[in-house]
Amino acid sequence: MDSESFAPRDERPAGRWMGVLILFILAAGVGSFVYAAHYWWLPPLASTLGITDDMFNAILVATGIAFIAVHLFVAIALIRFAAYGRRPAAHWHEHLGAELTWTLVPAAGLVILAILAEIVWARVYSPPPANAQLVEVTGRQFLWYIRYPSPDGRLAATDPKFISAGNPIGLDPSDPDSKTNAVLENDLHVVNNRPVRIAIRSLDVIHSFFLPNFRVKQDAVPGRTIVIWFVPNRPGQYQIACAQLCGVGHYTMRGNITVEPDQAAFDAWLAKQGQH
Amino acid sequence: MGAIAVHEGAAAHEEHAESFVRHYIFSIDHKTIGKQYYLTTLFMAIVGGALAMLMRAHLGWPEGGALDPGQYLAAATMHGTVMIFFFLTSILTGAFGNFLIPLMIGARDMAFPFLNMISYWTLFPGVLVLLASFFVPGGPAGNGWTSYAPLSAVSKFAPGSGTGQTLWAISILFVLFSSLFGSLNFLTTIINMRARGLSMGRLPLTLWGIFITAILALLSFPVLTAAVVMLILDRTAGTSFFVPPNLLVAGQVLANKNGDALLWQHLFWFFGHPEVYILILTPMGIVSDVISTFSRKPIFGYKAMVLSLSAIGFLSFLVWGHHMFVSGMSPLLGAAFIGSTIAIAVPSAIKTFNWCTTLWQGRLLFTTAMLFAIAFVSLFVTGGLSGIFLAAAPVDIYLHDTYFVIAHFHFVMAAAALFSIFAGTYYWFPKMFGRMMDERLGKIHFLFTFLGIYATFFPMHFLGFMGNSRRLYDTSIYPFLSHAGPIDVFISLSAFMLGAAQLIFIYNFFKSLLHGPVAEQNPWHANSLEWAAPSPPPHGNWGAALPVVYRWPYDYSAPGAAQDYSPQWQAQPVAAGGSDG
Repeated sequence: MDSESFAPRDERPAGRWMGVLILFILAAGVGSFVYAAHYWWLPPLASTLGITDDMFNAILVATGIAFIAVHLFVAIALIRFAAYGRRPAAHWHEHLGAELTWTLVPAAGLVILAILAEIVWARVYSPPPANAQLVEVTGRQFLWYIRYPSPDGRLAATDPKFISAGNPIGLDPSDPDSKTNAVLENDLHVVNNRPVRIAIRSLDVIHSFFLPNFRVKQDAVPGRTIVIWFVPNRPGQYQIACAQLCGVGHYTMRGNITVEPDQAAFDAWLAKQGQH
Repeated sequence: MGAIAVHEGAAAHEEHAESFVRHYIFSIDHKTIGKQYYLTTLFMAIVGGALAMLMRAHLGWPEGGALDPGQYLAAATMHGTVMIFFFLTSILTGAFGNFLIPLMIGARDMAFPFLNMISYWTLFPGVLVLLASFFVPGGPAGNGWTSYAPLSAVSKFAPGSGTGQTLWAISILFVLFSSLFGSLNFLTTIINMRARGLSMGRLPLTLWGIFITAILALLSFPVLTAAVVMLILDRTAGTSFFVPPNLLVAGQVLANKNGDALLWQHLFWFFGHPEVYILILTPMGIVSDVISTFSRKPIFGYKAMVLSLSAIGFLSFLVWGHHMFVSGMSPLLGAAFIGSTIAIAVPSAIKTFNWCTTLWQGRLLFTTAMLFAIAFVSLFVTGGLSGIFLAAAPVDIYLHDTYFVIAHFHFVMAAAALFSIFAGTYYWFPKMFGRMMDERLGKIHFLFTFLGIYATFFPMHFLGFMGNSRRLYDTSIYPFLSHAGPIDVFISLSAFMLGAAQLIFIYNFFKSLLHGPVAEQNPWHANSLEWAAPSPPPHGNWGAALPVVYRWPYDYSAPGAAQDYSPQWQAQPVAAGGSDG
């Protein structure tokens, strides 16, 4: 066996090319994020879930540092340690201190992240406040039915066997509230600064009720009613998107959500909708 | 080592002449089977890549009419299915696993050569069934590679829920059984048939990756097998495993009773998350070996590498719920999956640091294989870091099912695994085919692939931030995405460049296969045992005597050694080397 790999070599040009390529990826990665932060970023926040954005930003900073550090390290190693002449490689391959360090330091950071995530998660899924407004959202290929309770606060019982052209979600006609529930298509209105409790259902396949501006997303699962809540805090009109593939028309399944400035404006709007 | 004695006798069948059919088609030689897998999965990668190009042709210019909504969803579904099941899973275990295991452990073949042949010939009908589904009424399955029920369970929900969905399920069954046969074979072979002196603590990390992968496959594939059978029954026999009562289809209420839509997701992801690691553990091993060889330096922290592979393998069974944070499962369950998911980042970080440290003070040789291995580290880091956003469940609520997720898994799993496959191909091609690949073409291929991958998938992070959901045929209905157009055009152009660069690889592959310079036995001066066999190895791999192993595979640049590598089969001791790892 010869020792060709130990013959004099000069891989430094290749090392520089590859090192520069890694640095280019680093610069392009960081640069594009800085640019995107001004143009292609999260849509304006319209709920009190700002803590989601805070957490997002904190993770962005931490992962950004790791991204930069690893790419810098690799680029420097490639440029510095390209084979040259007969310079041999080192032979070391264990270092308990180093290995413990890069096990425990990321672990500590990740434990902190996990604790923060658990705290925020518990808050998002805490019981809704008592003054929350109740709305039911029912997904169907390919639209959202929005139902407001009767003035007494009740939602009528439903059963798919009652579904007809004039009764799209199957309100039970024997339930007195079926006369006073308001059922609308793709048009959700909520009240500024008033918590809203949304009961989410589906009549057919899985949809996902996604409010980008409110940092809210919840799958609508047939056979289940899933309740979420949040507090809108910026009046205006925003979109409801379907975030779960629900069939060929999935991309058309858009609704609107309007944050009314106050309860009076909301009541006036609701009164104008045809009572069911 | 009783098995060794049994297989000494196998030397006898090395000589006898084989018919064409026995040698090339129904072969029981692990090397031929490995190559069959390689060529079949390469073909499937071309199919999956072409589908991706179609998707990008549509998404870049949605008004161009390249695809209609049903065709778009079919292309997306088939792209994922082909790439995950028929390309990545099958090439890593089927091609690399089959080819490398006996050579790296000094055996003449797998423990069950006949089962090995059956394994390939179980995949093959799966390929035919999947391809056939393009030609049935309604087209192929169109409900995503995850095929969430009840959309996938009831034919009338979508054109892509028809016959195509049933054929999809059947083809997946073929792949699952094929992989199951392979995994049984891999475990038996690695446990029982290692050469004398080759303790588990001296296995190359590629084999450790394959070994843990086989365990994951053995434990997780039967779960998906059961789920797919249940799906087929729901579709054809009127059962209600995944179909809740009273579903409304085309104005009619279905008679199904008591099914649960979330059951499919639990079963799918109980398979699906180990599957992600099935696609990355072997690549981690390949990259470790390639980086060590071309750094002329032992892999840093071998024991930590084996432990972290094992830890990732174990934890991979405890994290499936992070795919379901917004699915409607109990938030308490979500809280548990936050913890397990974040925990899996620790062994992943250890591996990254160990690769980086292996480079430090090495004597780096920039072969094409090495370039792909280094780029793997970059891709894995980029994709791993974006995973932290998704592990933090409150942030995942926003990012779930957006393009951010597409960016994440294409970096950490798809692109990283692809790069390890390229690294492994450029590295082991001489052993597989006895010829060297063209390094110059290889480096051009590398440059455009590396830039193309980043240019294609990195901007998808921003689409995700904007709230652009996956699997949308057209986003023009959403005002908050109205300024995303330039990103989609840029991504499509990058994807075309990435796709075109692969033609260089295919050209290089077949050109080198026919006309490449004849390879030496050990062209890279590497240490592991496959390089002790001739290039390409004959039937039976070794001459009259099986090789004997004297050391671990990472004794590069041992002080006092005559050359900068000390192969596992070299008998004379190395002054300062000889570590067991």
